[in-house]
Amino acid sequence: MKAAHNLVAQVLRHPESAVSLSLAEWDLLIRQARHADLLARIYALLDDQGLIDSIPAKPCAHLESADTVVKRHAQAIRREVLCLRKALATIDLPVILLKGAAYLMADLPPARGRIFSDVDILVPKGQLNQAEAALRLHGWASSHHDAYDQRYYRIWMHELPPMMHLKRQSVLDVHHNILPESARVHPDPVKLIEAAVPVGEDQSVKVLAPVDMVLHSATHLFHEGELEHGLRDLADLNSLLRHFGDSPSFWSTLESRAQELELTRPLFYALHYANLVLGTPIPESVFINQTVSKPSWLLVAIMDALYGRALAPVHPSCSDWLTGTARWLLYVRAHWLRMSPWLLVHHLFHKAFLSQKSS
Amino acid sequence: MNVSALTPPELFSRLKEAGLFLQAGPFITHMQTSIRSVAEGIGLLYADYPLAEDTGFADFHVHLIPPANLRRWFRPQVLFSFDGRIPFKPLPLDQAFPMLEWGMNWCVSGHSHQYLILHAAVMEKQGGAVIMPAPPGAGKSTLCAALINRGWRLLSDELALINKASGALVPLCRPVSLKNESIHVIRRFEPCAVLSREVRDTMKGTVAHMKPPAGSVTQSHVSARPAWIVFPKYQPGAVTRLEPQPKARAFMRMVESAFNYSQLGPQGFQMMENLVDACDCYEFTYSNLDEAVAVFADLKLPVR
Repeated sequence: MKAAHNLVAQVLRHPESAVSLSLAEWDLLIRQARHADLLARIYALLDDQGLIDSIPAKPCAHLESADTVVKRHAQAIRREVLCLRKALATIDLPVILLKGAAYLMADLPPARGRIFSDVDILVPKGQLNQAEAALRLHGWASSHHDAYDQRYYRIWMHELPPMMHLKRQSVLDVHHNILPESARVHPDPVKLIEAAVPVGEDQSVKVLAPVDMVLHSATHLFHEGELEHGLRDLADLNSLLRHFGDSPSFWSTLESRAQELELTRPLFYALHYANLVLGTPIPESVFINQTVSKPSWLLVAIMDALYGRALAPVHPSCSDWLTGTARWLLYVRAHWLRMSPWLLVHHLFHKAFLSQKSS
Repeated sequence: MNVSALTPPELFSRLKEAGLFLQAGPFITHMQTSIRSVAEGIGLLYADYPLAEDTGFADFHVHLIPPANLRRWFRPQVLFSFDGRIPFKPLPLDQAFPMLEWGMNWCVSGHSHQYLILHAAVMEKQGGAVIMPAPPGAGKSTLCAALINRGWRLLSDELALINKASGALVPLCRPVSLKNESIHVIRRFEPCAVLSREVRDTMKGTVAHMKPPAGSVTQSHVSARPAWIVFPKYQPGAVTRLEPQPKARAFMRMVESAFNYSQLGPQGFQMMENLVDACDCYEFTYSNLDEAVAVFADLKLPVR
């Protein structure tokens, strides 16, 4: 089966091309975008360009529906951040937001039309217990009750088991690093926390510095095993890079920071695929200087074959006979990067044979 | 062209291959299946519905498929696929047609926030629409089925769609879902009513779907003005009683019955306020359908 055209990527690259789509193409675009969680992003892009009125009514209704959900969601997240600030203020800790909630509170372009299920925050490892206690006092409770899961998260992962607010049912991920303890590279979270910047006037709500934000997004995407949001995350990187890339010092800072944090490889992939799939403008010099972390041509060719498939919308029209294999191999790769083989075997054995019995 | 223009074998082979683009209310659903009972249900209940193949656009793509495991043969099951995604647990194969109906409701209620959506039946007569929100078991569908067999136009027995800009009720005329005792009650009340085969032991008990009146289907593009909100309550042996509801109470009960009230934020509040304002609100207790129909026939359009 031949994979059809990735219409979502086409419209993300050239929003103006949407006005000349046929209804049959709109049908496919809506389906692909729904599966990629990018319906509302497309609405936002077309709205920015003043093109909404040129879209046929039928597909436009689906874009509007998604936009309604996202706008309401943004409102709920803003409120959630206020509640978090109140909880962490009791231990004099600022709220350092990551990913979706950070884009939203810092009013960055990837927040437009982005839906996400949970709020992610970064807390210094030394204050993790205090932060957890403060959050519990303010209504958040751990959602994983299995003793193995608790231990697994606390020993090997970079975050606490997800917490859920008892009244609002909102989900919170409390991170103390951006990669698992068991991963092969160890970016120093203290550096990220020190460089975090306040959102507006308020010193108690912060987001990562621009370069760190890009590096985190890149690290997250290219260590992730389940890529059903792969294209959405790549679209985030695309808008972050286009937004910050105008500043002259951004690219050189990005490169040196990547080396400092041992994240040059995920950065290479992020720039390579953002450019390849979404046409993100990257200065020539960046790729030339990146020779240290640039994989061999053979590895790049293999990764292109894998990510070329996995970063398309998870929709039958964007799949060919190798898509399933590509996704599976990247899933294995992600686990390989996140934990040693021995730990992986131990973890999978426990998940397969022991966890279910005890729960 | 309507579904009835296809012979049963043509309908079955179309569902099996390219699929059927069925227009119901504002939505086009692209349905595919090789399950015969589903084709029969569609042929029986959707005969008067127009096909919408010409544009190549469908709002929802649904596929009823057997699971890719032993349950394809052993105590066979059916899966509802929403454009390749499986949102629900499988059901016994015998429940395939009800599953299509439930799945189509889910497609609308979960993906159509361009409307305010209430879990309510809507019927119209002489320019005024009655909205009947109710929890399961309150006798909403039974009363709705009775009224549409006595001259009311069916807009929906399950989902009230309210247009954001105009506040008008948008028809989503689809087969009426009847459960357990209601099936026999409606068969006795209107022997001419066309009902699908009864399916037993579903999560809602025994279910059957009633074919909507052809006139309601052909008027599926005509919106209606909200005039009354009636909260029905079936009570065995009860005296027929229509009592006014205070608007504030009606408002809160409407909010409880809404699918996406909170999603719409302040706009949802405003729409609900306008809706309750425009309507006379009642609680209606009944046990006898003939008396109920008489009470509804006497409803006077609100004076504003």
